Amino acid sequence: MATPNTPLWEVFIRSRNGLAHKHVGSLHASDTTMALQAARDIYTRRGEGLSIWVVPSSAITASDPAEKGMMFEPAESKIYRHPTFYEVPEEVGHM
Amino acid sequence: MYTQALNTAESDDRALEDAAKAAQFQARIDAEERIEPNDWMPAAYRKTLTRQISQHAHSEIVGMLPEGNWITRAPTLRRKAALLAKVQDECGHGLYLYAAAETLGASREELVDAMLAGKAKYSSIFNYPTLTWADIGTIGWLVDGAAIMNQIPLCRCSYGPYARAMIRVCKEESFHQRQGYEIMLTLCRGSDEQKAMAQDALNRWWWPVLMMFGPPDAASQHSDTSTRWKIKRFSNDELRQKFVDATVPQAQYLGLSIPDPGMIQDADGHWRYSQIDWTEFKQVLAGNGPCNRDRMAARRKAHEDGAWVREAAAAYAAKRGQRQSAQAAE
Repeated sequence: MATPNTPLWEVFIRSRNGLAHKHVGSLHASDTTMALQAARDIYTRRGEGLSIWVVPSSAITASDPAEKGMMFEPAESKIYRHPTFYEVPEEVGHM
Repeated sequence: MYTQALNTAESDDRALEDAAKAAQFQARIDAEERIEPNDWMPAAYRKTLTRQISQHAHSEIVGMLPEGNWITRAPTLRRKAALLAKVQDECGHGLYLYAAAETLGASREELVDAMLAGKAKYSSIFNYPTLTWADIGTIGWLVDGAAIMNQIPLCRCSYGPYARAMIRVCKEESFHQRQGYEIMLTLCRGSDEQKAMAQDALNRWWWPVLMMFGPPDAASQHSDTSTRWKIKRFSNDELRQKFVDATVPQAQYLGLSIPDPGMIQDADGHWRYSQIDWTEFKQVLAGNGPCNRDRMAARRKAHEDGAWVREAAAAYAAKRGQRQSAQAAE
């Protein structure tokens, strides 16, 4: 008999005070409590974290990599958003 | 290595796919770009990787059995704590790898069921018994040493999730090899009986460890595609030679002799080993190694004995879910 599926979770860990939570991997668990405990056992056996987030994978909406050209085009074409676009005379010094 | 069955032929169904997409895919690989789960990939790439990564995962899980055999009989509390931590790491490695395989579309349950049904392979090395405490030292030193040799290039594998899992695994694997070598060093500095025990373990494990790297290059022409896709960066024989060259001086330091009287060092400094008995390798892969039946029986029993836990956890989650939606409706 095929084993019934257990939900998938994505795991995020804050490695140090002051840093953001970062995606480290995924795991299977029946509920939030078990997901947190499994995340601790699988991803923090050597002091990798101070805080863990677990998020049901089904709750994540991702952009389509096939459409990344169109998706990120607005950022590509606006070079005037970068500081190097503007000329400041050398005499003015660092700005 | 942990993915030996890869050396068998893979059906070539690329002809049915969009040639332009396939060319674009190969161009990305050639440019050392990483392929991510939602990217387009040839069906054969997906199939090869699912098989390789799941086989690697099964090997980590089955690999807990020979070492788990000695947890209750470790000679000191320090050794016992280290061995427990190592076996727990192997379990963690299996789980990272299953998660990487699942990003290709297979479910965890399908992968595990295929292994339990005997349809998916695991590394031949775990079908050998751990007869003495020295076997635990030898496994850490040689089996994990060989695994590291194979896994370091996999950290640059073209498939992103697999490469990232391998980086985590490699970081942890170094502790395994060092704890194994320390056990060997302690035995070799001990009584004559202890040193003899270390030598006996080396004698039994040496050839099976060399077989871990898979068939000789001349016999495994199917790794061509894996190389082109940058799943594989070095050939079986190249990795095997690297391993032998690294290991010989370590054995000399221990004062142990490698059970290969024909071994010589060539002019370039490489240690040339004798012919490997590939019939033994084929027998073990075919299910006729010393412990194949034991390993499968132990995995099936663990899975069956855990069934009530999975059912209870699912029932509890369902009950809480119902209660929460009932409260929300009030």
